[in-house]
Amino acid sequence: MLRVISRRLVQLVVTLLALMTLVFFWLRSLPGGPVDALLGERATPQTRELLTRALGYDQPIWVQYGRFLKNVVTGNFGNSIRTGEPVTEVISRAFPATVELAVAAIIIAIGLGVPLGYLAARHRGRLLDNATIIVTLVGISIPIFFLGYLLKDWLTQGLHLFPPSGRISTGMDNTDVTGFFVLDGLLTRELDASADALWHLVLPAVTLATIPLAIIIRITRASVLDVLDEDYIRTADAKGLRNPTIRKRHVLRNALLPVVTIIGLQTGALLAGAVLTEKVYNWGGLGTLITDSIGGSRDYPVLQALILLAAAVFVVVNLLVDLSYAVIDPRVRVR
Amino acid sequence: MRASGKGLRSALAAGTIAVLTIGAAGCAESDRDNGGGEGSASGGTFIFAGAGDPKNFDPIFNDDGESFRPIRQMYDTLITHKPGTAELTGGLAESWENDASGKVWTFKLRQGVKFHDGSPLDAAAVCANFDRWFNMKGEAAQSQMIYYQDVFGGFAGSKDAVYDNCKAQDASTAVVTMTRYKGAFPGAFTLTAFSIASPTAMKQYDSDTVTQNGDSFSYSAFANEHPTGTGAFTFGGWNKATGEITLNKNADYWGDKAKVDKMIIKIIKDENTRKQELRAGTVQAIDYPAPADRKALADEGYKVLDRPAFNILYLGINQKNPKLKDLRVRQAIAYALNRAQLVQTKGPGGAAVADEFLPNTVLGYAQDVQKYEYNVDKAKQLLSEAGATGLTLNFYYPTEVTRPYMPNPQEIFTVLANDLQAAGIKVNGVPRPWNGGFKDDVQQFGKQDLHILGWTGDYNDPGNFVGTFFGRGKVEFGDQAMTEMFDAIGKADATVDQAAKKTAFEQVNRDLAAKWLPAVPIWHAPPALATTKNVEGLVPSPLTAEEFNTVSVTK
Repeated sequence: MLRVISRRLVQLVVTLLALMTLVFFWLRSLPGGPVDALLGERATPQTRELLTRALGYDQPIWVQYGRFLKNVVTGNFGNSIRTGEPVTEVISRAFPATVELAVAAIIIAIGLGVPLGYLAARHRGRLLDNATIIVTLVGISIPIFFLGYLLKDWLTQGLHLFPPSGRISTGMDNTDVTGFFVLDGLLTRELDASADALWHLVLPAVTLATIPLAIIIRITRASVLDVLDEDYIRTADAKGLRNPTIRKRHVLRNALLPVVTIIGLQTGALLAGAVLTEKVYNWGGLGTLITDSIGGSRDYPVLQALILLAAAVFVVVNLLVDLSYAVIDPRVRVR
Repeated sequence: MRASGKGLRSALAAGTIAVLTIGAAGCAESDRDNGGGEGSASGGTFIFAGAGDPKNFDPIFNDDGESFRPIRQMYDTLITHKPGTAELTGGLAESWENDASGKVWTFKLRQGVKFHDGSPLDAAAVCANFDRWFNMKGEAAQSQMIYYQDVFGGFAGSKDAVYDNCKAQDASTAVVTMTRYKGAFPGAFTLTAFSIASPTAMKQYDSDTVTQNGDSFSYSAFANEHPTGTGAFTFGGWNKATGEITLNKNADYWGDKAKVDKMIIKIIKDENTRKQELRAGTVQAIDYPAPADRKALADEGYKVLDRPAFNILYLGINQKNPKLKDLRVRQAIAYALNRAQLVQTKGPGGAAVADEFLPNTVLGYAQDVQKYEYNVDKAKQLLSEAGATGLTLNFYYPTEVTRPYMPNPQEIFTVLANDLQAAGIKVNGVPRPWNGGFKDDVQQFGKQDLHILGWTGDYNDPGNFVGTFFGRGKVEFGDQAMTEMFDAIGKADATVDQAAKKTAFEQVNRDLAAKWLPAVPIWHAPPALATTKNVEGLVPSPLTAEEFNTVSVTK
């Protein structure tokens, strides 16, 4: 197990290094650099020159690359061009927002998806099953931003059931401990802040959860159907095991393997979905950060760090998924 | 046996989590005020939805509206505008005077004004600000002083520098001497970038230290955490996690004290979301509602407040193309455009056709310039006289952007292009992204024949409009040799006597329309604000320089 993990970590470093190089040169080949984005219409040519020199963009590209590599290896990702803050600070502020959103979405997706998929399989061909299939089809095919705007229009404009955007009500004056607002409210006993943050979390989480939810329902259903046909289920039944035991110990556990794989793969999709969801709900997490740093401002340092982070998260989650196979199904040997 | 083991394990896990949670709950302190910020005599909170993040709160290092909005509430300038107009009036200076040479400016300061840190605003403090700007060290810092470089020409040691020295004649008289006369003054003294900050606070919080780190740099504690001016609001913090800038009422303000106790600028980048928040009642005012939403919002009972227009949208003509060097062809283009209809169909409410490149509130606006009323036949005739029938032009327009003067570039392009086609000019539309395409192609490489672009005025001075576009040879308009135009504008700009300056700029504007026509002015389009019904006293400013001390929120 340890050898597996260490080998994966080495792979991770190599992947990140290659990616970093790619991103560095790709960003700099785009037209319109940060100098233009920063200066706007008022800048005189002298100012433009000053800024180009100050940012070191007048030096040859390999010198810039060398400086960049050196900085990254020493853990220095530079400062955001847009705000002047250290990139690590910018990202660590946005990270909890996205994680909070993603975790909520995953909880909804798994919490509803696995039972619904299981029930659909148990009632194969009946009303519940058909309804589930239709609903998941809609869930997969509806674009996130469209769903987001629909939900907002219905539930926040006429009805005022939920707030239209943001993570917490303006002027809530909540104490920031971990950056996870719901948790922070509990920790500091600011229960109103916690409830308010949860209330803000509902619509974005539902929006983000639709696609993974639909996929999890479908995979669970298919997987349970497969397992139900297996010989060992018949054997278990024949030897007189009680139904709940069969379902829990034999059906569900064996059916979960593909589901877990999918959940791992969905992490990437969740990040992509978060970009759209966060835009619709003015969420202020990593998704918002990505949009901000690509659009107008060309915030290279932030963008570079974000891409690395996304890659690292993806690789680590998939490693965890691989490791979890061994726990769920002892037949699988992780090598 | 196994089942019970499992049960034990889950019980243990649950117990651990519970213990951890309770333990943590004991650790984390709430840092809310317990002073009861919302007392009974409260003026309440005013929540304004801004459209983007500010950069920081040190006025001199900023040049964009989103940074200036909070800065303007916390600082004052020497000269300012009468509310709702572009007319100059005293700010921190009660009065000001320019000597006959135009180089010496004497400011009589208001007495008894204090910065938020309690230090006095006196002539020494004013001079400390001028000296600080002029003596700023380091390329990083200098490169961020965009307005300073533009208006003051350069820094200590530069031969182009406009600033010479500032003397405190007595505690309430500051005398600023320039190396030469510059037409931008006194208008430019109203620029938010030239707000007066507390020298004590700037020293204490290291305002001039702009540190470089790799590809970028960061600002001082003064700029981020301790901005200290004389304004109607004091700084209450910028919560970046929630995108809220809090400003508190300055109870010792020298002017009209704020009616609300607290103002929050909530940053919402998406235009549609800003509108939804307004409708949900979670914010009380939004900037730049989409032109398409104006009517709906007004019908629903929201107040849509138009700012008096202080901007210009123009169709630029690039004379690098030899055909376009012929004045008749440029006039044909002007005649071909049905601008009145464009204003009606695509203009934001309150927009008006522009005949000159500056709004009529600015000095030097001429009442009698040549107008180009829509006339297709005239356009065709001029084209054939010039031997330019069958002309094909590349028309560049920006995408992924809306500007106050240009809410919908794509649609504006379509209408203008159709007009030109109707007059027999073939149009080849070239859409380019605003950053990373349009601005480079148009302003640095001059690839276009035609393009649309515009400008929002910074201060009340004709040089800030006409001079910006046509005061020197620019790639954008292709011709480096229109020296007659450059000279005329340069001369007008250098005229010290205001009456003579007015006459000179009136002539410039007549000649721009009749003789030079380097571009076609399209419209002046006022950007709007929208507020909920219970917001009173918000005065829209043509310069988008609203001050919120007059705003009150009723229940």
